[in-house]
Amino acid sequence: MIKGKIHKFGANIDTDAIIPSRYANLTVPAELGQHCLEGAAPEFSQQVRPGDIIMATTNFGCGSSREVAPISIKGAGVACVVAKTFARIFFRNAINIALPLLECAEAVDNTDPGDEVQIDLSSGTIRNMTKGKEFAAAAYPDFLRSIIDAGGLIEYTKAKK
Amino acid sequence: MTIAEQILAVHAGKKKVTTGEFVNIKVDLVMAHDLTAGIAIQQFKKTGFGKVFDPAKVVLVMDHYVPNKDVMCATQNIGLRAFAREQGIVFFPEGRGGIEHVILPEKGLVLPGEVVVGADSHTCTYGALGAFSTGMGSTDIAVAMATGEIWMKVPPTIKFVYNGELPPWISGKDLILLTIGRIGVDGALYSAMEFSGEAISQLSMDSRLTMANMAIEAGGKAGICAVDDKTVAYVKERSDRPFTVYEPESDGQYAQVFEFDVTVLEPQVALPHIPENVRPVSAVSDVKIDQAVIGSCTNGRIEDLRTAAQILKGKTIHPDVRCIVIPGSQQVYLDAMHEGLVDIFVAAGAAVSTPTCGPCVGGYMGILGPGEKCIATTNRNFQGRMGSPESEIYLSGPAVAAASALTGVITHPREVM
Ligand code: SF4
Repeated sequence: MIKGKIHKFGANIDTDAIIPSRYANLTVPAELGQHCLEGAAPEFSQQVRPGDIIMATTNFGCGSSREVAPISIKGAGVACVVAKTFARIFFRNAINIALPLLECAEAVDNTDPGDEVQIDLSSGTIRNMTKGKEFAAAAYPDFLRSIIDAGGLIEYTKAKK
Repeated sequence: MTIAEQILAVHAGKKKVTTGEFVNIKVDLVMAHDLTAGIAIQQFKKTGFGKVFDPAKVVLVMDHYVPNKDVMCATQNIGLRAFAREQGIVFFPEGRGGIEHVILPEKGLVLPGEVVVGADSHTCTYGALGAFSTGMGSTDIAVAMATGEIWMKVPPTIKFVYNGELPPWISGKDLILLTIGRIGVDGALYSAMEFSGEAISQLSMDSRLTMANMAIEAGGKAGICAVDDKTVAYVKERSDRPFTVYEPESDGQYAQVFEFDVTVLEPQVALPHIPENVRPVSAVSDVKIDQAVIGSCTNGRIEDLRTAAQILKGKTIHPDVRCIVIPGSQQVYLDAMHEGLVDIFVAAGAAVSTPTCGPCVGGYMGILGPGEKCIATTNRNFQGRMGSPESEIYLSGPAVAAASALTGVITHPREVM
């Protein structure tokens, strides 16, 4: 069960905003986390606490293929990203490194920054504790579920070998 | 089936695939570059495979931060170079290649009907050759390097039809900016874009590569042009490997169809800070610029440099503008020299660089300071991409960038000819 505060973002948060290219060749997740979302909200990495949740509207993670984008989010301690839609390379990268993502427009529209939210990943249930509302995110297709359950693409591939 | 579906079906070993289906795809080529290969190699080692699936089908291109821009890159690149040597993969270090998406087509490494995956979002460029190519992250690429296979979800295809005759000064960049301006940066999210119509037939291969390159800027998974005589001539000059041409089938299902008339199209410019913020050049002609960048995997090919040289020939760059010209590959550089283009650039007062991504990704070779404005033939104008978060990037084709370098404000090329 994930439980944390909401940090809210708008549409088209690109990977340069998530992790500017001047940090793109860092490899330690915690170091990347210190610059997470610097281009969109310079104060974010100071305010975020382990277990917090990012919410954004459409096309979150658009732009480059840099895997350091989801790694920096994980490195900052974020437990889950909820958005209306994700850019596809970002989506793959997050699944591959086991950063949970949920698509749920209703939850995004009905949640404010700072709200306390609880997420049950296995059912896709998003509960806004502050507002006392509950939302259902689309479930992962079985195939993606099997990658997540294996602990990411590398583990999944090793198991198939 | 659409072109994308036919290619994916063959590579999945199936007769038919349908939109939304998850398939395991055999890939013909896997690519990474100096910024993404570090994590890819780390992850590759974790797979326990030891050796890449086929060294002739794995490519490593040093292009983003090379020639080594600082000690940190230099240190990291030692590991990449060692990996390339150990594995015997296809390797393009500085001075031997150039920008990945310029050199892979140029060297005949991608052919029609093939599937290419790369740890770079602009891997979609090779769709211009009638291939299915798409960008992924480093972990995906590590697995593709190890196994020669990767999972994909079959995308829906959106068709884009460009009617009419291309007016002067209009290139592939203007058509793709027009398109992104119309459908938005997520207008083709998760989808394959298929470019067709008489205007596409008129485009050179260089211009088609420019269009496919920016499919990702509309959220696209791939940007594909049907193969025609120009494509066949282009690839036959570069490779003697056999290839298969896929035509769109009559039962092909398109999620959407967009039509454009290009007959009276003006050169297009994308304003900061998002590639969908597109206007005709006449609407932004009062914007003063500090820098003009002509290059990148979008517009660093010989046609682009010829266009820029045609405009700069015998003239002098505006005293308040730094104009930086970056040939996309060693071959483009050589051709530009033989054709006298480099002379024109240097005489006009431009800084001509060795092939590299350079300022496009804010690495080096033309970083912007606070408040500065740049017109660039690159593909992304995200805030801070080329340096200071307080700088601004305007995207255009090479004709507008060169004309603007002469006047110091964003300019239609016909005004300086
Ligand atoms: S030129 Fe720019 S967009 Fe193209 S590969 Fe290099 S950094 Fe990426």
